[in-house]
Amino acid sequence: MRQVAIYGKGGIGKSTTTQNLTAGLGEMGKKIMIVGCDPKADSTRLILGGLAQKTVLDTLREEGDDIDLEQVVKTGYAGIKGVESGGPEPGVGCAGRGIITSINLLERLGAYEEDLDYVFYDVLGDVVCGGFAMPIREGKAQEIYIVCSGEMMALYAANNISKGISKYANSGGVRLGGLICNSRKVDGEAELVQAVAKQIGTQMIHFVPRDNAVQKAEINKKTVIDYSPSEAQAEEYRQLARKIDGNDMFVIPKPMNIERLEEILMEHGIMD
Amino acid sequence: MPVKRDNLLEKYSAKLYKNRKEHIVQLDGEDAKIAANTRAVPGVMTARGCCYAGCKGVVVGPLKDVCVITHGPIGCSFYSWGTRRNKARVEEGEQNFTSYCFSTDMQESDIVFGGEKKLEKAIDEAVALFHPKCVMICSTCPIGLIGDDVQAVAKRAEKKHGIKAIGFSCEGYKGVSQSAGHHIANNGLMREIIGTGDRAPENIFSVNILGEYNIGGDGWEEERLLKRCGIEVVSIFTGDGSYESLQNAHLAKLNIVMCHRSINYIAEMIKEKYGIDWIKVNFIGVKATIRSLREIAKYFGDPALVERVEEVIADELSLIEDEMESIRLKLAGKTAGIFSGGSRSHHYQMLLADLGMETVIAGYEFAHRDDYEGREVIPFIKEDADNRNIEVLRIQKDEGMYRKFHSPEKMEVLKDEIELDRYGGMMRDMDAGDIVVDDYNHFETDELIKGVKPDIFFSGIKDKHSIQKAGVVSRQMHSYDYSGPYAGFNGAVIFGRDVAMALCTNAWTLVKPPWHDEPMLVGELTGGESHA
Repeated sequence: MRQVAIYGKGGIGKSTTTQNLTAGLGEMGKKIMIVGCDPKADSTRLILGGLAQKTVLDTLREEGDDIDLEQVVKTGYAGIKGVESGGPEPGVGCAGRGIITSINLLERLGAYEEDLDYVFYDVLGDVVCGGFAMPIREGKAQEIYIVCSGEMMALYAANNISKGISKYANSGGVRLGGLICNSRKVDGEAELVQAVAKQIGTQMIHFVPRDNAVQKAEINKKTVIDYSPSEAQAEEYRQLARKIDGNDMFVIPKPMNIERLEEILMEHGIMD
Repeated sequence: MPVKRDNLLEKYSAKLYKNRKEHIVQLDGEDAKIAANTRAVPGVMTARGCCYAGCKGVVVGPLKDVCVITHGPIGCSFYSWGTRRNKARVEEGEQNFTSYCFSTDMQESDIVFGGEKKLEKAIDEAVALFHPKCVMICSTCPIGLIGDDVQAVAKRAEKKHGIKAIGFSCEGYKGVSQSAGHHIANNGLMREIIGTGDRAPENIFSVNILGEYNIGGDGWEEERLLKRCGIEVVSIFTGDGSYESLQNAHLAKLNIVMCHRSINYIAEMIKEKYGIDWIKVNFIGVKATIRSLREIAKYFGDPALVERVEEVIADELSLIEDEMESIRLKLAGKTAGIFSGGSRSHHYQMLLADLGMETVIAGYEFAHRDDYEGREVIPFIKEDADNRNIEVLRIQKDEGMYRKFHSPEKMEVLKDEIELDRYGGMMRDMDAGDIVVDDYNHFETDELIKGVKPDIFFSGIKDKHSIQKAGVVSRQMHSYDYSGPYAGFNGAVIFGRDVAMALCTNAWTLVKPPWHDEPMLVGELTGGESHA
């Protein structure tokens, strides 16, 4: 069982990318579970066809200790299982603590079945506190992919997340598997992301072009592969899925200092 | 003589030595300087407590008609339940909640989803069950981390229930010790309660006793004495105190301050806002009590009051003199070490001197430099990130209520005669050669006992038993070992009896522990050979 965590700057398309690529893996016959680690609980919507799923933490709060796995794990497209950790409303409580509670509970309930090929953690925004680093701590996720684009702030975030990974990589087994470029149609985007990836010591595992097909599928509460399997974009996600399935480049990232990052950005002409 | 101080420091690493040497002073008869109110070094076994302990445990906890709710997991609440002996008596038709323990008992899902709703529910329940006039919320560490807005909850509770409700953000990690909690509590009482009442004192001579927590009934003894002298006590902060009486504190004529550390903020803020002067008093010790009563009388300047005070002093003295003398015979020449929180280490030196004893080592857990060196050093105390983190209220003069009891000219005269609006600190009342230790720790306690060999060591429960095991008599200054009161004339006798009893029945030096003669652990030396 490979446990994979997807990080990246807020709004970069982590949930969309995760679900579309898991749809590709699902098509390949892999057994997959997605664990949404975002209080907004929108990490499994496309896989479950818009099913408003009850989150682990809501269930825990309402049912007390007596929780069955069936209450929180739902099955959707290609047999992919979806779990939402859930969490508090913005501005109250501790979402990070929620992730920790939720993942521990899922383990106790036996959600991590032996026959799963993949567990994907879709994690909120940046690594803001210890709780959000939970999937990469204590040997939960072993590999990480960072979703980014050629935009400056997305690359700043990618570099920052690499810092978090290198911290835990040195004490545990977690490794960076690559950057996924979710294109924003920035000039020279692929080259820039490749350059940053190289500096960090990793790869740009795939360049996902921007395509309206994604939007269309999302409105219909589906992944592209599910909604319009013959679209070119569906093939892109299949490629990403294949690349991840066959990936053998796992590194401890070497995050740069800000000056070096800005140099690279400048070399690629986005800071003129 | 400097050997003693060096003994405390010599085993420390260079880094720790550099830190601790500033906190340990051997007096030489000149004005001394000491480092205080800074972070305890990780690894030393400090006797300090936390910010929550200072706010809830010390200052607001004793208010008897206030329902004090600890917002947090149950531990902080349970372990601060009834652990300070701040006695309280129920007044006619009133309530006393000091024996209760109110907690929101935060659980994991409350931490994740935020605890405000649970806190509101807790207040609803407390109001429904007990109908308090005032509710106070004391936050513990996790509340600060998850950001529950306890002040907003308090405001909503005030509207909903028509009572006073105050939220204190006194999370344990704030500041470097309990001291931060005192300041936070002082700010809350000043902002929300003092000045909201209108019951004027009946007597022309009226005082608030600030920083008297009524441990073992000290406050009652002080109140009895003051009443005998014809002085009305408007409120006591906060031992056996009440929300209702604190509301009227601004109508008293004078503030008298016992524990300088925990309450000097209120003394100063009341002075700025309402013009009321404060005198640093000390009712611990016969001579100290006499001096305090005389200074209060001198402040009011009424000949009849002065005369009445002298009559009371003479009468009280006549009742205790014989017994004090017999106790003095037993105790004269004995030496003491005293380490309390913030002011007692100074106060009790006076009482020990009355008994013919000498205090040779002293210190505080959480005092500031002004408690050691006198208030005149306050402008020169370097602010650091830890104390900047604690709010300092900006006080505006209350034009309607502000009044001065004396003219500026009269004040100048009085300032020379009594300790008015100032405090000289502990170290000036100590002798050359005495050792003063700030934020004392377990290792230093052991070394002091070995090196200085005091006959008796006054401190708290954290080190009591290790002191006794070293064969030295220990008495607790936080709980009085369940005795008291120790204040005033009668208290001096009770204290003297307790100390004489402890020193004359030195069980701990008579008991020989088994490990003294034979080893308790038996082992043999192995190694060198292969275990294959």
